[in-house]
Amino acid sequence: MEITGKALILACSAIGAGTAMIAGIGPGIGQGFAAGKGAEAVGKQPEAQGDIIKTMLLGAAVAETTGIYGLVVALILLFANPLVNML
Amino acid sequence: MNTEFGSKKIFEFFFDKPIHLPILGDQPSFYITETVINTWIIMILLVVVSIILTRNMKLVPEGKQNVAEILVGLLTNLTGSSMGKDKLGFAPYMGTLMIFLVCSNLWGLTGMRPPTADLNTTFALSILTFFMIHGFAIKRKGVFGWIKGTFFEPVAVMAPLNLISEIATPVSLAFRLFGNIVGGMIIMALIYNALGSILGSVLPIPIFMLAIPVPLHGYFDIFAGVLQAFIFTMLTMVFVSMAMDD
Repeated sequence: MEITGKALILACSAIGAGTAMIAGIGPGIGQGFAAGKGAEAVGKQPEAQGDIIKTMLLGAAVAETTGIYGLVVALILLFANPLVNML
Repeated sequence: MNTEFGSKKIFEFFFDKPIHLPILGDQPSFYITETVINTWIIMILLVVVSIILTRNMKLVPEGKQNVAEILVGLLTNLTGSSMGKDKLGFAPYMGTLMIFLVCSNLWGLTGMRPPTADLNTTFALSILTFFMIHGFAIKRKGVFGWIKGTFFEPVAVMAPLNLISEIATPVSLAFRLFGNIVGGMIIMALIYNALGSILGSVLPIPIFMLAIPVPLHGYFDIFAGVLQAFIFTMLTMVFVSMAMDD
């Protein structure tokens, strides 16, 4: 069985897309940490709950950024592969 | 919906394909994308709603004028509390940005393509933020103060790194919004197609067709959409006020 160059690139791109999503670990840890600290802060100062939730969501969404970069890289590898045309 | 789901169809989701409008005969003269059409629809909607809400305004508000006043007050307070009281002049821009982003992110609920699921929209908005950061920093601190405050902090050796981080700011803003919205859109499309093929033949339980996509729409469209609109506006306010202050 012979493997063409294009098939090899497509297979490696699929593996690369899967590998890029390992970036999802980071936001998971970061958002969990932010939520834990937010719960702690609400426990200490229940009257400041509104501000705490606002700050926590902002931090969680910024922590999510690296995961979204991984997702964008995976999507580009799958649907807009720049490498196939280089053959 | 079509149960066949090749990579071609997702490709159309990822890239908004231009539609050719033959205005000048057969010449390939004018291309228009779904994003442009939906942005125009949202713009017209917002203009019409704001004209309706602010018509016949009275000193003592009643009815629809209350809605407009609550909205404007909320956005003005948010701007004032996160940028400082001396920068309340930014409130109209930030409020418009937030309302536009919320509407465009929720546009996915109608089944049409949200305008923010296109890199052109998000990059346009984040480049606006980029020029606001540096323009207002120059206006407030002067050219030399801007160069010193932006590039030579904390030491002059850091200048190349600071340059990269200044360029990374709009890129990260644009990709955060785009990635969130397009990711949700693709996941929803995958789920609808999976439901179409599984529930249609293997497991015909009709209640699942409603019970599975509705909570996911709630998360990906409503929660993530509103949160990302808030984040984009909030980060724009924080970046602009930080560049002006220090």
